[in-house]
Amino acid sequence: MRSIQEIVARRRRQDRWFAVLGVFCTSIGIITLIALLANLLIDGLGHLDWQFLTSFASRRASSAGVLAAVVGSLLVMLVTACVAAPLGIAAGVWLEEYAPKNRVATILEVNIANLAGVPSVIYGLMALSVFVYAFGFGHSILTAALTLAVLILPIVIVATREALRTIPRTIREASYALGATKWETVWHHLLPYSLGGIATGVIIGLSRAIGETAPLVTIGALAFIAFLPDPPVTGEFPFVSFSWLGSDFTVLPIQMFNWVSRPDPAFHHNAAATGVLLIAITLGMNAIAIFVRYRMRKAIQW
Amino acid sequence: MVTHCTLADAQDSAPSRPITNLLRRATPTMTPHEVGADPVTDQIPAIADIKVQLRNFGFAYGSNQVLKDLNVAFENKKVTALIGPSGCGKTTLLRSFNRMHDLYPGNRYTGEILLLPDRINLVAPDVSPTEMRMRLSMVFQKPNPFPKSIFENVAFGLRMRGVRDKARIREKVEQSLRDAALWDETKDRLHKPAYDLSGGQQQRLCIARALAVDPEIVLFDEPTSALDPTATLRIEELIDSLRNRVTIIIVTHNMQQAQRIADWTGFLYLGSMVEFDRTEKVFTNPGNKLTEQYITGRFG
Ligand SMILES: Nc1ncnc2c1ncn2[C@@H]1O[C@H](COP(=O)(O)OP(=O)(O)O)[C@@H](O)[C@H]1O
Ligand SMILES: [Mg+2]
Repeated sequence: MRSIQEIVARRRRQDRWFAVLGVFCTSIGIITLIALLANLLIDGLGHLDWQFLTSFASRRASSAGVLAAVVGSLLVMLVTACVAAPLGIAAGVWLEEYAPKNRVATILEVNIANLAGVPSVIYGLMALSVFVYAFGFGHSILTAALTLAVLILPIVIVATREALRTIPRTIREASYALGATKWETVWHHLLPYSLGGIATGVIIGLSRAIGETAPLVTIGALAFIAFLPDPPVTGEFPFVSFSWLGSDFTVLPIQMFNWVSRPDPAFHHNAAATGVLLIAITLGMNAIAIFVRYRMRKAIQW
Repeated sequence: MVTHCTLADAQDSAPSRPITNLLRRATPTMTPHEVGADPVTDQIPAIADIKVQLRNFGFAYGSNQVLKDLNVAFENKKVTALIGPSGCGKTTLLRSFNRMHDLYPGNRYTGEILLLPDRINLVAPDVSPTEMRMRLSMVFQKPNPFPKSIFENVAFGLRMRGVRDKARIREKVEQSLRDAALWDETKDRLHKPAYDLSGGQQQRLCIARALAVDPEIVLFDEPTSALDPTATLRIEELIDSLRNRVTIIIVTHNMQQAQRIADWTGFLYLGSMVEFDRTEKVFTNPGNKLTEQYITGRFG
């Protein structure tokens, strides 16, 4: 018969083996990510200079830059935010505060949850038939922004609802008891108190949108653009112009994709540099989202 | 004028009404029937100046009939306390006055709550809840200030009433904070968050907020149950100082508190008003055995 010590030792070996296996499995994910980042950084960081940021696409890899893509991404994000935020917040407020709690509302809710899981290329197809053909917006900044806005709408809606749900019932009752209407309660209390959560949702949504490639390829974003859209500010009355909304565009992920698919390895370094830029922007936006949430949490504890 | 308000009325007129079912279903150790509710109506001094009057008032959460056939009158500019074991419907009754139940689906009012002198039935379906809430203020059981500044908390009701004049709002905020005995503690920090105040101060802020809009009635739902004795005392003094200025209906589970501050006391039991009389009378010579048992702490 084996001694107790032996049995225990065997079982402890088992324990250790599993721990090692667990660490290994976890590492695969993390190591892959780190390797990917390192690879990108090594390949791309050297190319990520001022000249790269301020040059247009070019036939020569060394003089090619991402200016059009950076401006394109920024403008598309701007319009996406301006469309998705009000629509998503309004829908979230309606669903949470106004919608009767019945079958129809439940069906709507389930559908919105499902929308978040639809592959993004499907949104591209929808946009192609609706925005490009039916509305005649062409493959413009406006089309791209509307497409991405629809894509991130579920994220904004869900974030809004969750933020509203954290506000205690007693706060709503205090407002109503003072004679506020539903809209006044939403406007003066619920929205201001849930702004942190909503802002976080919008930023997370945008950081998803900025990396989207498939739906924009579908609607026909160009990869080679050597001009900037019309400036939004003009010299003559009325001093603002929205003609840039109709402009052709490219965005960072498409520019990157285009460079990756070229045979000349010199362009691959440009692609890597664009990748570094894209990841930096995404991580930066997520950091802002976390910061905003943290600040609001500290400011309002129920 | 009808001012009588005992269970006896309900029993005389309809002895087999569901009220008795309700009582039986809840299987209390004793019902008004078993102990023989005395018809004390003739001993109740008539209320000359009525502010609000319940006529066969009832309320149900869906199928849960919580209040049944209430007939009570509340005197103008006096303090009326509502007492009774927990779950008897005190909060439910109080929240009926400012139509808080309208915020949630499935709730149903029956009968009337007449607001005098205009005799408007404030639970009528065609009467706007918002309008009623503009006329009645409520102070909740737990302090619930808005996560805004002290000033904005008090000013909110005024803004809802369309007051735009900054000087007028400032003046009113100061006066309300003085009325709520909170001015001295807050005059140097009006624009600081209300959440920085202590629990007792927050509750006084909620009272200031309720007073700022010149309500006809202020409803208090156990306003001191979450506070320490010192803070409780201050709020009681505050309510006392409001007597003769505004009609007050206060729910309390504290017998001493009711005796200290209330002109009238109603004893609510399983959704019926078992006894309603001058506070003195209720506490020294209750007309109903149940009341006596409840106020002497020998209950159940
Ligand atoms: N929202 C609700 N839905 C259904 N029943 C409720 C609700 N609120 C309270 N009740 C029931 O109504 C009765 C009275 O409650 P309440 O008015 O809060 O009593 P009190 O304030 O006297 O303690 C209780 O039996 C309680 O369970
Ligand atoms: Mg209660």
